[in-house]
Amino acid sequence: MSEQLNAIDRKATVSESAGWIITGGLVVDRTGERIADVAVRPDGTIAAVGTALDLNALGLNNAPVIDASGCVVAPGFVDIHTHLREPGREEAETIETGSRAAALGGYTAIVAMPNTEPTIDSVAVVRQVLDAGIAAGLCDVRSSCSITIGREGDALSPMAELAAAGVRIFTDDGCGVQDDRLMRRALEYASGLPEPVVLAQHCEVEALSHGGHMHEGEWSSRLGIPGIPAEAEELMVFRDIALSRLTGMAVHFQHLSTAGAVALVRDAKARGLNVTAEATPHHFSLTHAEVASYDPVFKVNPPLRSADDVAAVKAGLADGTIDAIATDHAPHTADVKEAPFDHAPCGMLGLETALALGITELVEPGVLTMMEFMAKMSWNPAAIARIDDIHGRTIEADAPAHLVIFDPALEWTVDPAALASKSDNTPYAGRVVRGKVRYTLLCGVPTVFDGEAQR
Amino acid sequence: MSRPVTNPRHGRMRNLLSIADLGPDVAAGINEVMTLTDSFVEVSERTIPKVPALRGRTVVSLFFEDSTRTRLSFETAAKRLSADTMNFSVSTSSVKKGESLRDTIETIEAMGVDAIVVRHASAGVPRQVAQWATSAVINAGDGWHEHPTQALLDCYTIRQRFGDVAGKHIAIVGDIRHSRVARSNVAAFTALGADVTLVAPPTLLPPSLEGWPVKISTDIDAVLPTVDVCYLLRMQRERMTEALIPTIREYSNRFGVNEKRAELLPDHALIMHPGPMNRGVEIDAAVADHPNTVIVDQVRNGVAVRMAVLFLLLGSGTTWGGEADV
Repeated sequence: MSEQLNAIDRKATVSESAGWIITGGLVVDRTGERIADVAVRPDGTIAAVGTALDLNALGLNNAPVIDASGCVVAPGFVDIHTHLREPGREEAETIETGSRAAALGGYTAIVAMPNTEPTIDSVAVVRQVLDAGIAAGLCDVRSSCSITIGREGDALSPMAELAAAGVRIFTDDGCGVQDDRLMRRALEYASGLPEPVVLAQHCEVEALSHGGHMHEGEWSSRLGIPGIPAEAEELMVFRDIALSRLTGMAVHFQHLSTAGAVALVRDAKARGLNVTAEATPHHFSLTHAEVASYDPVFKVNPPLRSADDVAAVKAGLADGTIDAIATDHAPHTADVKEAPFDHAPCGMLGLETALALGITELVEPGVLTMMEFMAKMSWNPAAIARIDDIHGRTIEADAPAHLVIFDPALEWTVDPAALASKSDNTPYAGRVVRGKVRYTLLCGVPTVFDGEAQR
Repeated sequence: MSRPVTNPRHGRMRNLLSIADLGPDVAAGINEVMTLTDSFVEVSERTIPKVPALRGRTVVSLFFEDSTRTRLSFETAAKRLSADTMNFSVSTSSVKKGESLRDTIETIEAMGVDAIVVRHASAGVPRQVAQWATSAVINAGDGWHEHPTQALLDCYTIRQRFGDVAGKHIAIVGDIRHSRVARSNVAAFTALGADVTLVAPPTLLPPSLEGWPVKISTDIDAVLPTVDVCYLLRMQRERMTEALIPTIREYSNRFGVNEKRAELLPDHALIMHPGPMNRGVEIDAAVADHPNTVIVDQVRNGVAVRMAVLFLLLGSGTTWGGEADV
């Protein structure tokens, strides 16, 4: 188990407890689903899974019981796309508040995006992020790193050093690497590192997107807001598929949002290329029509697209083209979002609403089964982040107890003020959704207990 | 943290942010403004063109973008209704010191105002202001989005000449893509039953025209003989640097209305322009001064139309009451 997790474990006061017995839940993992009890040892590993467990034999007869009947018990969620804003923009979010939001959303691991101030492009900043994550103790906080120094698209970050410090995802998220040759070199160089790393791309050709603030189409034309055409995303997806084929290197596509991009990735996978993809909850639940309010809470990058694109993203999730659901959790303070639409920054909150949106928009309508949904929330993103040795594992004896226990039927109304994030820029205010986390266990330690964050 | 928004104002029309705000029946809403405008045109023709209809009311001009004619027109309208006017000048204000848009609005409101006339380079700002303000908000032009009082004065000018807008064929020529005037006019003209043709190279049209009840043409010479109104838009020189047109000269040759082209128009057809004109680009000097060119009427009617809008939003009833001069 990693150094970070041991540190979290040692700090956790609750870990002095006698373990946990999670009873009567529907256990869902990569092997399938079954009603079973899960016994967790005081050391944060799973002791046994099954019915009629012999607690005496396990030495857990004093362990407190968590009643999970009616709930799903799954490996903790993994978000491979979280903006924690620290260092540099602590007024919007800190690693602590973001970790708390993550825990409440059922996440046991999150990967911080590098567009901080300073950029995460050096081991020093990586260490700072990891240390703050350990200090918060609410989530296994991992750090990504920029592909290029300062995310400026000119020079490569010291990838070997960074990979040795634990970085597995490299991305210039917020912008794509525009220079074709530089991207080729980045992939070639990364393919020779001893660690298994992946380059993740925010696909957007700036020559086409420049000056745009929403999806280019019917609504941008009507509202008089400069648009970003779908082709700005698709051209870079096309290029990076070509570069993945050229270099043999893994490429992960962040937040796919257009029908054309989904089709390109589907085709690349059919040809056996080493590519993966994620989609955000907002790209499967909202369209560009929302922008008619001119409320910058709906401003995000990639922008909210057409209903056809939303349908294509759902189809991509259903057929496996899109491997993972990632939040692109992007906190912004109210004052910067209360600006004219074309001046406001891009981004919306996601950690605390992703589960409910997945259940309400994907599982209940039959787009995904619960198990397929869990795959996209937990073990698939864990594999993309190269942390599937620890997260998203099968719920079985001796695995680390990174678990989420949620009630898939619990109905609630999204209230921005009630969210744990330091910002409240959720586009779902007032929306009635179903599915809420009741417990999150990190290494057997409840970070969320009966719906309440424990730190 | 977000602040709660409450708005105690009630009424038929609370704000004028877009042509669609004129009511579920947009044509009826426009006609109401037109009828009211008739009486304010009469007021404007008096020796002392002033009535006490909005005495004690305060109208603030909040212009974040330079404008001479629209600002003057609104101020003249407010003054002729006896309203107090205030001017919020961005260049000398705290906005320059980094105050947020919302804080600016709340500061102005705290001084006790009844209407805010907003112009901003960003689309949607009047709608945002209306969410935060309790006073009436009038859009005096927002980015590429809308300029509803311009459309109303254009409708009034056409109606003044032809008696009606319905059934007329109106060509809007030029940079539709970047034009708030075009968006408001398409909404208003089509609501009143006019046929609208947009004439422009594809680069100067909106990327999508889904839901726009208009025809498209790139051949102005084919369109001009069929129109009742030729509405020209200002062509900005910076469009050249964005590769939207090769050169101003080529634009002018293809879409500019010169004397020869003006001859293609039926004798009764009007030439309109929202100003300011680029003589020699979209309109030749001789055409600008042609008797069928009603640009001065547009400006004159603008004051009366804005009086009607202010009165509808701030007045106490359906009649403006003040028969006596003050």
